[in-house]
Amino acid sequence: MAGVRVLVGTRKGAFILTSDEGREKWDVSEPSFPGWEMYHLKGSPADPDRIYASQSSGWFGQLIQRSDDGGQSWAPVGNNFAYAGVPGTHQWYDGTPRPWEFKRVWHLEPSLTDPDTVYAGVEDAALFRSTDGGAEWTELPGLREHGSGPSWQPGAGGMCLHTIILDPSVPGRMFIAISAAGAFRSDDYGTTWQPINKGLRSQGIPDEDAEVGHCVHHLAMHPDRPGVLFMQKHWDVMRSDDAGDQWHDIGGDLPTDFGFAIDVHAHEPETLYVVPITSDQHHFPLDGALRVYRSRTGGHEWEPLTKGLPQSNCYVNVLRDAMAVDTLDSCGVYFGTTGGQVYASNDSGDSWEPIVRDLPPVLSVEVQTLR
Amino acid sequence: MIRVVLPGQLRTLASVEGEVVLAVPAPVTQRAVLDALEDRFPMLRGTIRDQTTLQRRAFVRFFACEQDLSHDPIDAPLPEQVILGVEPFLVVGAMAGG
Repeated sequence: MAGVRVLVGTRKGAFILTSDEGREKWDVSEPSFPGWEMYHLKGSPADPDRIYASQSSGWFGQLIQRSDDGGQSWAPVGNNFAYAGVPGTHQWYDGTPRPWEFKRVWHLEPSLTDPDTVYAGVEDAALFRSTDGGAEWTELPGLREHGSGPSWQPGAGGMCLHTIILDPSVPGRMFIAISAAGAFRSDDYGTTWQPINKGLRSQGIPDEDAEVGHCVHHLAMHPDRPGVLFMQKHWDVMRSDDAGDQWHDIGGDLPTDFGFAIDVHAHEPETLYVVPITSDQHHFPLDGALRVYRSRTGGHEWEPLTKGLPQSNCYVNVLRDAMAVDTLDSCGVYFGTTGGQVYASNDSGDSWEPIVRDLPPVLSVEVQTLR
Repeated sequence: MIRVVLPGQLRTLASVEGEVVLAVPAPVTQRAVLDALEDRFPMLRGTIRDQTTLQRRAFVRFFACEQDLSHDPIDAPLPEQVILGVEPFLVVGAMAGG
């Protein structure tokens, strides 16, 4: 029987939420890795029982955990993320050069075809790959060694590589995004990279349309439209129809275009979801009302989705990796909040229900559709 | 034999309960104890000290015999009472977070 498995990473452990295809009754697991920051968990598209998890702590550093049975049991795998060569420097917040220093893994992206191959986006920004199920990690240094690397600066959350998208139709093509360097594309399996930030404008940098330096919060792509990318930037919701060569603003009638999360409907490539956040000073929704905004027109025109979401006294945030969709016939949409709620919609966002209300602050939400 | 006490999170990670008892070749130093600990429990690599520089992680402390050994040279001999197994070598997560 079909169902879904929602993988939730929080500040104090990981949780697995499961339901059948109705997505009305949920089982919530006990915490895995209690007390640890779980930045991200993601299952392999090639083997849904294979799940990778990023486990970290300010005390004890970074670990990677792997499950081969759908999250019932876990085993630590490799955690040596050593930059290739002499890493050099990037810019610190005050503009001074600062040596690259590994801090944590923000995002794990399993290969679309090989359960043993997985990519890791890390802070300080770099891309690593494992081809042996996470035992050994090797940096793809062409990204960090792109000529602009010394000018990259951290965003408020650190200089993190937080988004990795593997193109399902163009061999060797992948996209990544870094706060606050911008978006990059590789067409040769990650060997070389080019910045793809034309059309972005950011007032917080000296040259507002610079080649790099933009605080891209998240990217999304529908697998059936590989050339079409959507971006939630620090401010601005953007779209590219040419694999990132040029971006244009699709914020349209959003009440605010600041935010973190963005995703695309599983079956409607022109249906998008964002969660507008008041501002970079106020990391909570406008007017204390939690509203997901949906565009069915690929941007510009947006509608608030409020049914089942708190419309008063709500001051949570939805972080960049904390929204996901399932691929069941009636597309499910999920997001988690810094207040510990995980909301689910089993009708493309028309209505919402909390799966669970009182988890630790949610860092990431991913969904596996099980058939 | 050297007795090592790990913090709770690392005991869970290493799947051990209580103290860890290690055979450590002389001279018994921080480096030698941690080498032996990581040889026996590879999943602890990187959690106590950096895997490349071998520097202690900032929020990890080493105590023994009511002394803070965290800033001692890693190749300095540990206290006699630790070497004799009378006192444990404590790996401690630093107090932080209020």
